[in-house]
Amino acid sequence: MANLTLVQAINLALVQEMEADERVMVLGEDVGKNGGVFRVTEGLQERFGEDRVVDTPLAESGIMGSSIGLAVGGMRPVAEIQFEGFLGPAYDQLVNHAARYRTRSRGAVTVPLTVRVPVGGGIHAPELHSDSPEAIYAHTPGLKVVMPASPYDAKGLLISAIRDPDPVIYFEPKRIYRAFREEVPEDEYTIPIGKAKVVEEGEHVTVVSWGAMVVDCLKAMDELPEDLSVELIDLRTIYPLDIDCIVESVKKTGRCVVVHEAPKTAGYGAEITAQVMEHCFLHLEAPVQRVAGFDTFMPYYKLELEYLPSVERIAEAIGACAAY
Amino acid sequence: MSTATADKDARTKSRKRPSAELPDKTLVGWLRDMMLIREFEIRTMQAYSNAKIGGFCHVYIGQEALAVGTIGSVNPDDPVITAYRDHGHALARGMDPGACMAEMYGKITGCAKGKGGSMHMFDKPNHLYGGHGIVGAQTPLGAGLAFAAKYEHEVMGKGGKKVALCYLGDGALNQGALHEAMNLAGLMGLPVIYIVENNGYSMGTSIGRGTTMSEDLTKKADAYGILGATIDGMDILNLYDHFKPIVDTCREESRPAFIDMKTYRYHGHSMSDPQKYRTKDEVEGVKQRDSIELLAAYLMDDRKAITEDDRKAIDKEVKAIVRDAMKFAEESPVPDVDAELYSDVYVNPSPGCSPIREYVKGAKNPLL
Repeated sequence: MANLTLVQAINLALVQEMEADERVMVLGEDVGKNGGVFRVTEGLQERFGEDRVVDTPLAESGIMGSSIGLAVGGMRPVAEIQFEGFLGPAYDQLVNHAARYRTRSRGAVTVPLTVRVPVGGGIHAPELHSDSPEAIYAHTPGLKVVMPASPYDAKGLLISAIRDPDPVIYFEPKRIYRAFREEVPEDEYTIPIGKAKVVEEGEHVTVVSWGAMVVDCLKAMDELPEDLSVELIDLRTIYPLDIDCIVESVKKTGRCVVVHEAPKTAGYGAEITAQVMEHCFLHLEAPVQRVAGFDTFMPYYKLELEYLPSVERIAEAIGACAAY
Repeated sequence: MSTATADKDARTKSRKRPSAELPDKTLVGWLRDMMLIREFEIRTMQAYSNAKIGGFCHVYIGQEALAVGTIGSVNPDDPVITAYRDHGHALARGMDPGACMAEMYGKITGCAKGKGGSMHMFDKPNHLYGGHGIVGAQTPLGAGLAFAAKYEHEVMGKGGKKVALCYLGDGALNQGALHEAMNLAGLMGLPVIYIVENNGYSMGTSIGRGTTMSEDLTKKADAYGILGATIDGMDILNLYDHFKPIVDTCREESRPAFIDMKTYRYHGHSMSDPQKYRTKDEVEGVKQRDSIELLAAYLMDDRKAITEDDRKAIDKEVKAIVRDAMKFAEESPVPDVDAELYSDVYVNPSPGCSPIREYVKGAKNPLL
């Protein structure tokens, strides 16, 4: 067991899956010789060679489309898109091909593709390098969307993603790439896609979050009065949504707060809120609260922290929900 | 069209070189602009190291002749659009250095109100349409700017003939958007000049590892039936000699061009680049043909237009300009959160444009 950062846990998962299965390949811009822009794929090319760790031209549509072709052709490609904003050029391939291949071929052809994408703000980068587009892809049938919030989950989720027969977008919250370490077993284990995790059990309010925001939710919980007991759920998988886990919790607490970085309107919080209303209407003691980014583009640097849901805003919302 | 061999021909016929016709004042102005960009970028790197500038920052050091020479070959109202290594173009286009530096400091006095940063330099009065962060995505926009100029002139009967400059790095050569744009430009005869700032590296990938026919990129122009040329972009006089006639042709005949402009960046792709992909010797080798030194030597030794003392005076002048720019950036206020977080998303957001009227602690978006 080693004490690893999120980056190291992802790297370990890649190494182990590449060792276990020669169909697993890594493709992307500067993933090989340079080890990736965030050094996530450091050392992989030295270890597995240029045939399996492929430095591609700077061409996201080409990376995505050819990775889909590789997957259809029997390989297990892990494509890296350097930043979530760069999914734009790859969107056509991802949404119009990867997501639909299984359906279009009526089950005959599947796309076992993993797309690794650093996501979210908090590293002083401007728009296109700080966005949170998970709702766009959750809204696309045929894609699975995951986002780990800890090194342990990062390793287990990535292994599940690589082994999954369908395309999985694996969002990596770049703000917590190296924020903390955690014990990550060397032994093989997986975290199932579609299963949320109760990070802390509580009685009074359910807080649902994912990615880097989970860390801020924990900090917000420290700010609350000691007699306010909060249950924190880390979705881990955005889609398919583990609604059972949320429903079970909200039936117990009667109150729910959803926290995410993406803009509020039509954000994934809206979907969760609607489903909570559908499943727990008679258990609710308060309207579901959403703490989210604002309906604008991630501003650069000096305003960035104003945009991101702060610990203070999260704590306020939990307090307001509990007091309603 | 012209090739590297044509560069040599032009040198031997120096009397007929277009640059020879340029007055001293213009060339000394170019030297000053190049030195200004160099000094600006050196101080930008320092400010980044001192955490005054955040995020990603791509400096232009080494490539100065390219922006100054190409922009020096067009009219002030010709539209210009570029990618994210954009400080040099902004300064060459005449952006106030204070507004450029303040943008990177994230201050309200920046050219994009301090909300865009290093990659998003905009200066509409000077016809600079950004600064864009997605590799290659600016290339269809360049075609569109040329289309607008052509339409205005030919259909609406307004304005003179314009030519749009659209810069891209060699990494962008492999983006689909460029190929769609070049075909469109060729098909419709749009006066856009695609200038490949070919510094040899697409982030950490050398051009030969990432691009086909890297030894002769003009073949890509041939594929779309548009004018292609290879030009040494380190020697600004040579650049002008070959680039200016192309500008004239594209403007006059309303047609696109594609230029493989050879250049080199002395520093990493961004500030966080370990540069494992090249050797220090390679970088030092290129520096022996530094664009500023080449022009300074020509102006001092060949033209006798300036003296060593004049050069020192220019150096002093640009240092003062950049010092003032940094002081301006330092002393400028950060954007006011209440006023700026929501501004410039829509012109007139209606009150029903909810929930953007929400703000921290109950304050409302002042635009609503």
